[in-house]
Amino acid sequence: MRIALFATCLADTLYPEAAKATVRLLERLGHEVVFPFEQTCCGQMHINTGYQRDALPLVKRYVSVFDPFDVIVAPSGSCVGSIRHQHATVAANLGEAGLAARAHDVGSRTYELSELLVDVLEVEDVGAYYPHTVTYHPTCHSLRMTRVGDKPLRLLRQVRGLTLVELPLAEQCCGFGGTFALKNAETSSAMLADKMTNIVSTGAEVCTAGDASCLMHIGGGLQRKDAGVTTVHLAEILAATS
Amino acid sequence: MTTFLGMPATAPRGVGNLRGDETFPAAAHHALADDQLRRNLRHATTTIRGKSGRVIAELPDWQELRSAGSALKAFVMANLDSLLEQLEARVTAAGGVVHWAADANEANAIVLDLIRRTGSERVIKVKSMATQEIGLNEALEAGGIQPIETDLAELIVQLGNDKPSHILVPAIHRNRAEIREIFLKSMPGVDPDLTDDPPVLAAAARKYLRETFLSTTVAVSGANFGIAETGTLAVVESEGNGRMCLTLPDTLITVMGIEKVVPSWPDLEVFLQLLPRASTGERMNPYTTMWTGVTPGDGPQNFHLVLLDNGRSAVLADPAGRAALHCIRCSACLNVCPVYERTGGHAYGSVYPGPIGAVLSPQLTGVADNASLPYASSLCGACFDACPVKIDIPSMLVHLRNKVSHPAAERAAMRAAAYTMDHPKLYARAQRAAKLARIAGRRGRGLPPPFSGWTASRDLPEVPQQTFRDWWASR
Repeated sequence: MRIALFATCLADTLYPEAAKATVRLLERLGHEVVFPFEQTCCGQMHINTGYQRDALPLVKRYVSVFDPFDVIVAPSGSCVGSIRHQHATVAANLGEAGLAARAHDVGSRTYELSELLVDVLEVEDVGAYYPHTVTYHPTCHSLRMTRVGDKPLRLLRQVRGLTLVELPLAEQCCGFGGTFALKNAETSSAMLADKMTNIVSTGAEVCTAGDASCLMHIGGGLQRKDAGVTTVHLAEILAATS
Repeated sequence: MTTFLGMPATAPRGVGNLRGDETFPAAAHHALADDQLRRNLRHATTTIRGKSGRVIAELPDWQELRSAGSALKAFVMANLDSLLEQLEARVTAAGGVVHWAADANEANAIVLDLIRRTGSERVIKVKSMATQEIGLNEALEAGGIQPIETDLAELIVQLGNDKPSHILVPAIHRNRAEIREIFLKSMPGVDPDLTDDPPVLAAAARKYLRETFLSTTVAVSGANFGIAETGTLAVVESEGNGRMCLTLPDTLITVMGIEKVVPSWPDLEVFLQLLPRASTGERMNPYTTMWTGVTPGDGPQNFHLVLLDNGRSAVLADPAGRAALHCIRCSACLNVCPVYERTGGHAYGSVYPGPIGAVLSPQLTGVADNASLPYASSLCGACFDACPVKIDIPSMLVHLRNKVSHPAAERAAMRAAAYTMDHPKLYARAQRAAKLARIAGRRGRGLPPPFSGWTASRDLPEVPQQTFRDWWASR
């Protein structure tokens, strides 16, 4: 299958390993990955901070760059959530009915990585090998906006060598929330502290998730604490073979 | 008949409890430093979440009930004018008197005047969000009338000269040791040997309240529902104090937000299933009191209904915000909110705290007066999933953020970021320049606000040698 990759601005700039892993994984499974160079950012930060007018060109850009493709994948439940549930609304709010219809259509062809694997490519065992103890944090937008359900866990359970340990209060937010982490830094830090306590309590070596943004937050906190737990994107685990 | 021109008014300043003295981050700063508060809140919200989750899981049609509740409320908002006139006609026909209050000042003046006409110098009160919203107690005290809260938690708040911090459990921020202190200090006639054993505390309140119920001739209540078809008012509560207030006095004055009207009796079938399970985690509400006007020889012989707007018409005018009026005040969104659990209700500055408060308060007052509240959320979405009438609070928060007047520096930075993101070549250059951020080091020492908020507790990500797009180009 020919799959267009939306790398997301965050993975493209700061976490390229997550995007590279997505490419390696899909190519290993026999698919063709294309990366349209005109892509940048989905605009979620602008939309969620109250700058939908500034986000409009980014919505337009996403729609026009990815409209030619039948299947689009992003290694982020949050960006996919914004594309699928906010792009059309932003366009409609600003009087762009035609764009809204196209955004809705492109959004319906945009998948988060675990959705693409399980629902579209119908694979749960991706042939990965990752000999570590891992706990999985379901990011809020992947869980309650994109609604990936247990698909990431189904994929992780098939990874050879991997010991999956359950994260207590897994579904509670880590406190990132985009600009929330800056505008309400202290509340965000209090939420993160509880999330880290739960992660450390599992005894896992690695905390994984489907969003580089939440992992940046959790990882930044764990590193500050010297907690001895590293954060790794779900795509990197699924791409690992040795 | 007057003709109204212009936009509906928001709740007036200088009266009521919809605006805080500080922004949310500033108020949260104090709350986060209070370890006792954090423990009280974590214990209480975890307990309610568990209890509610268990009884909701028993119902096979919970999602259908939520959809029905949502549809009924949408119908009410679309027909609010005619339903309210129908309610007024039915209440009047049943012997009640209906008053229309455009805002908190009008409502307080109406209630104060009605009480004065009875000659009573004090009133007993059923727990009510509407009267907390308009600051009725403060207005009555200023007018020489003593209001006595009869809900246990509201009594604790009143005696402690405090503010409620939760819609359902207004004293959730207090533990039993603190409650004992408050009773010893402020409850008239309290036993000086009072312990902090919960049954002992409850018995002390009961003794005090019984005497008050039997010697007070006027009561003030709110209303959970007003049924347009029959003119029936309904109050749901757990302690029986409401039943006392609604049946014993000669005069009953009910202050009801205009959004609380429902079309007909069968609609309660939906709401009386949704509300207790989402709210207290009970299968059935313990005390459900309903009355229709005045019944000679039975119950209050004078009944007044005050229909309160106080910004509600302004909320109704916004298609993307009006679903905030669907709220049935169950507080499920507070109990699941990770922000509320850590900051408590006072940080929101309004009687409506938590996620619903973050969308309702700014709309009632106008966004400018509560500009920090739409940002008091990580947009995690737990509130939307918990809401028994399916209010999409996260989308509404995002909508309201667009109405906030942004700080100039932030606006400039966001504009520049959007411009860069819309020019891929510029974007690629900016990505490479991000490597310069390495000078800040992982700890990010010396970074200015708002970034110092991040680096106070989190390291910065390491900037990679190569961006993804550069890697792709080099393949």
